[in-house]
Amino acid sequence: MVIECKHVWEHISGYLDGTLDPAVRELVQKHLEHCEICSAILDSTRNILILTADERVFELPLGYSERLHARLEAEMRGIAPPIDSEDG
Amino acid sequence: MIETPASRDEAQMIASILAGNSQAFHELIRPYERSVYVMALSLLKNEADAEDAAQEAFLKAYRNLAGFRAEAKFSTWLISIVLNEARSRLRRKSAVKMESLDEPLDEQGHVSPALLRDWREIPSEAVERGEVRVMLQQAISDLPPIYREIFLLRDVEELSIDESATALGISVSAVKVRLHRARMMLQKKLAPQLKQVNPKRRWFPWL
Ligand SMILES: [Zn+2]
Repeated sequence: MVIECKHVWEHISGYLDGTLDPAVRELVQKHLEHCEICSAILDSTRNILILTADERVFELPLGYSERLHARLEAEMRGIAPPIDSEDG
Repeated sequence: MIETPASRDEAQMIASILAGNSQAFHELIRPYERSVYVMALSLLKNEADAEDAAQEAFLKAYRNLAGFRAEAKFSTWLISIVLNEARSRLRRKSAVKMESLDEPLDEQGHVSPALLRDWREIPSEAVERGEVRVMLQQAISDLPPIYREIFLLRDVEELSIDESATALGISVSAVKVRLHRARMMLQKKLAPQLKQVNPKRRWFPWL
């Protein structure tokens, strides 16, 4: 059985996550072996996911952690211990 | 990043906080500071607002810690708190035009990828380059909100599909559909742009 390019595109995400059912995965795999366009789409998508997951894409503001803990410190003192808030 | 460090017993830490050792809360949240900020930023698109929303979310988590149910992961619970916090801030800014949740997709909701004949691998070092970083940030930021959220949870913060579904309060199959579209939207936008990145230039221009 042959599968068309545009059907392969519907499975790119599932293919990358390993969530396709084995029969579909097999069809996609076979198609990828001879289709350079779908292979390039798969490779570029995988590459883009690696780049966007890089921690350097979103940098924390300088001093974020210090300010967070300082605020928690200041406000937690004024908050009743969390166990009480549930009962109240 | 969202992985629970192996040596931590979070249930024990939470029990200790609830027993009055509030200082342990600082340690409990440390591994998730970044995820909570990034999720706030993804919706609010402004660093100062995102930082404030993140602080608020951690305070809410502290206040409501007794209501945390151990069947969920603490990290997933935190993420759902910050998403709610950021969404309610967006709603409060009612003067600001709300982003539409409906995006022009073709009738089946398909997103066609950018067609390429080959792909030259872009190494991770490329992210050091400001132009590449801005390209990636912009593409993510331009995703419609429902796709931006799922993409960040799954592909940036690396939650599992099940955890993403829990954090967003949607079904596993909705997670898969949205994630697929988000990834295809990014491929469609970024693949042609990244192809233009000059391979002859060194990734570390200062070396
Ligand atoms: Zn093909």
